[in-house]
Amino acid sequence: MDNLQVELQYFLELFLGGLTKGSIYALIALGYTMVYGIIELINFAHGEIYMIGAFTALIIATVLNIMGVNHAALVLLLSAGGAVVYASAYGYTVEKIAYSPLRNAPRLSPLISAIGMSIFLQNYVLLAQTSNFLPFPKLIPEFEFLEPISHIMGSSEFTIICTTSVIMVLLTILIKFTKIGKAMRATAQDKSMALLLGINVNHVISFTFIIGSALAAVGGVLIGSQMGQINFYIGFIAGIKAFTAAVLGGIGSIPGAVLGGLVLGWTESFGTGYISSDYEDVFAFTLLVLILIFKPSGILGRNTSQKV
Amino acid sequence: MTPLKHILRSIMISIWFMFLTFPLMVVYINPLNYTVTWRWKNMIMVGIGTFFASFFWRRFQNRTVGNNDKPSLGQKTLNHIYTSPEISRMLLGVLILFTLSFPFIFSTYQTNVFTTALMYVVLGLGLNIVVGLAGLLDLGYVAFYAVGAYSYALLNHHFGVGFWVALPLGALVAAFFGILLGIPVLRLRGDYLAIVTLGFGEIIRLILENWDKVFFGPSGISNISRPAFFGVELVEKSIPHAIKYMYYLVLLLVLFTIFFVNRLKNSRIGRAWIALREDEIACQAMGINKMRTKLTAFALGATWAGMVGVIFAAKTTFINPASFTFMESAIILSIVVLGGMGSIPGVILGAFFLVLLPEYFRTLGDYRMLAFGASMVIMMVFRPQGLISHIRTKYNFNAKEPLA
Amino acid sequence: MNVILDVKNLTMDFGGVRALNRLDLDIRAGEIVALIGPNGAGKTTFFNCITGIYNPTGGDILVTPPQKKTVRVNGVKPHIVTRMGLARTFQNIRLFQNMTVLENIMIGRHCRTQSEILGALIRGPKTRAEEEHIVHYSYALLKKIGLERQVNEFAKNLPYGDQRRLEIARAMATDPFLLLLDEPAAGLNPQETTDLVDLIHKIRTEDKISILLIEHDMKLVMTLSDRIFVMDYGKKIAQGTPGEIRNNPVVIKAYLGEDSDA
Repeated sequence: MDNLQVELQYFLELFLGGLTKGSIYALIALGYTMVYGIIELINFAHGEIYMIGAFTALIIATVLNIMGVNHAALVLLLSAGGAVVYASAYGYTVEKIAYSPLRNAPRLSPLISAIGMSIFLQNYVLLAQTSNFLPFPKLIPEFEFLEPISHIMGSSEFTIICTTSVIMVLLTILIKFTKIGKAMRATAQDKSMALLLGINVNHVISFTFIIGSALAAVGGVLIGSQMGQINFYIGFIAGIKAFTAAVLGGIGSIPGAVLGGLVLGWTESFGTGYISSDYEDVFAFTLLVLILIFKPSGILGRNTSQKV
Repeated sequence: MTPLKHILRSIMISIWFMFLTFPLMVVYINPLNYTVTWRWKNMIMVGIGTFFASFFWRRFQNRTVGNNDKPSLGQKTLNHIYTSPEISRMLLGVLILFTLSFPFIFSTYQTNVFTTALMYVVLGLGLNIVVGLAGLLDLGYVAFYAVGAYSYALLNHHFGVGFWVALPLGALVAAFFGILLGIPVLRLRGDYLAIVTLGFGEIIRLILENWDKVFFGPSGISNISRPAFFGVELVEKSIPHAIKYMYYLVLLLVLFTIFFVNRLKNSRIGRAWIALREDEIACQAMGINKMRTKLTAFALGATWAGMVGVIFAAKTTFINPASFTFMESAIILSIVVLGGMGSIPGVILGAFFLVLLPEYFRTLGDYRMLAFGASMVIMMVFRPQGLISHIRTKYNFNAKEPLA
Repeated sequence: MNVILDVKNLTMDFGGVRALNRLDLDIRAGEIVALIGPNGAGKTTFFNCITGIYNPTGGDILVTPPQKKTVRVNGVKPHIVTRMGLARTFQNIRLFQNMTVLENIMIGRHCRTQSEILGALIRGPKTRAEEEHIVHYSYALLKKIGLERQVNEFAKNLPYGDQRRLEIARAMATDPFLLLLDEPAAGLNPQETTDLVDLIHKIRTEDKISILLIEHDMKLVMTLSDRIFVMDYGKKIAQGTPGEIRNNPVVIKAYLGEDSDA
């Protein structure tokens, strides 16, 4: 009986661990999926935006700390807010410089440009700050009501799951019911038609990058606070994983990105928990390869037949 | 736009960038001992730098808008060189003389660097078959390179297999992997293919890193034999000789690859690849077996990567998984795209550009990777077709009436 | 004359939409047959089923190449169908835009030639002979359609009418016995249309190729075709000679709508 309880608790731990991780993947994956949905570009620099978000938060929090601001909620609000603003500004600028001049170029060109941008941003942060891992302050306070279950769910896990859920709901409302959301959906369906109907496609694209970047920044702040350290390279692997999540769920689909993130988080969590902890990333990529081979449109993606 | 408007706009942009770079470039934190350094000088530099950059960017874009289709002066000269056999023959002669005498003119270090560049030429030309000709976006090309390198390293380590035996074997193993991956994956549409190949590349690297028992983990495999020279082992003492030998070996492979790819390009199979890149459905309607044609391109590209992998292992005598990261795939892909997809001289130029520039700008330290990333973006924005665009063969029927 | 293409009960469903509904159609050797019908009637879907791009939900597509046995081609891969001798063009021209005019036709020869990678590398006498054959055969085809002066031009730089003709020539390069033309006259000016009619006649009489064409230009259809099949909502509503079709009340109704008393 005791054994079963241990097993169950272990399972629950892995489940919640996967849920936490998956929520972060989902936050980043949304940026990929929205951008892909609109301009069919794999935005390789998206992981770097997430990294820049985390760095900005770290810098603001540290500066506030040195200035003697100790109010936890205020520090969290200012650093997370700053991260969101800066990440969005970077996302917007990256699109304007590296992608918008290439709207009509051959398909591979913006992809190469994106890879270049990713390399550039990584090295920019490396040069401007440091290549070392920096300790990330614990921005999320300990919640007292979580005390009794703290061995399976800490306050940062709790915060990550809650924040992500709220953001998903808000995003769904934004896409479904607001004017800009409708414009985004129209542009994703047919860019030239949207243009004919008087939608400013360039604005829509910029807006998509801004939203995606803001979400990535939130993810960056949350993960930094949970892991306790960051460096300039965290964006790369997170970016690839999040993209995997987006493809898994069906690229272009917003619920798909969330589902894909969660599936990926659980796969990794249970894979490392029950099989081997050395192969965390292998599980992720194997899942990706398998899904793409057997259901290329992803879990929630629509099967689009090619027009002849 | 008038110059004044340009200036105003550039000022706005420079303010924007000063804002953008403020936290990362001005504030320097040390979270260990809680100190902050304010680097205001950086802000001024960013302001001035972006002002001029924006000013010239706008001028340049204004100039290039509208004549994107026209060949540039460089392109015209190149066309001229292509079409005039005397000039091209002369240039080729000079080039061959230079490359042949290179190890005797320059230092061992230079020769070594040049050998690396030549290896990337081969890698680029190999990937060019896949991406440039067949239009299959492969982001995990480095996996096949790793397969080749580890094939030789392991065969050498366990069984003492020599370089010359391992070279075809490594190529074969890589080709096998190419086919193995290609069969399920090549059905996928462009971007999906890109991601699957990327995932595959990462899986291979992670397996190399984590399966210690077989692949020796992150510490890699050392003491791999250098190639023997007609059965004669080159002793460690004569490293300069070994480097020279390696140089000629790679040069030979480059020449063979150029010859091969050039023949392929204008063959029945090569045309099918290009047609496949242009329009898959029309291609099938023309009786071309899509899967088979794609698979040949994919496997052939893998073969070449495998060969270079073996050479790489023999050249460095030490390999570990760190040499086979996604970054490596990205660089090889950039060589192809930057040089000009499908164009052989383009790929060669691209390889030299991307390998030699960072190498010779080592003095710039970490700035070289920054410049590398930036140049990829700038290149794509201003010249998306690459340095040298692909030119199709022209057929001349004026001389005599063809028999029909 | 013997039947070379016999379609029986052909049905094609997309999800819940029935694009083709128990369609029957046959073509005899040497015929020019037209398939007409309002937009969305399922004509192009029919082509896609025959050429292997779609796998039909039901029915039979029987192909009888000259001096060969009858084969059922449902769900057979497109390239195999082409190798059997059915070649097609597309409604929205699908040329290889960044290849030259000659190369476009050379691609058409692909399925009738053999040389592989090793041959390309060694370039022995056999490969060279084959390559020469491809070039000359393709050039001869270009002369036939009058595009020999644009040999080295990129396909994308040709005027629209020439692109249509090039696509026909490319299909002919695969040595078909049946040519499927999807709206060959769409977007052509009157002069180009007249040239096209001549070309199609020539293909039938000189090259002995039968033709199935989808077309909206009724004048062209009436002058060219031996027989006409009319489709509407995925069904065959009529078939017959041009004279019969012209006066068929069902056809007139389908084209002009229910309430028309024309």
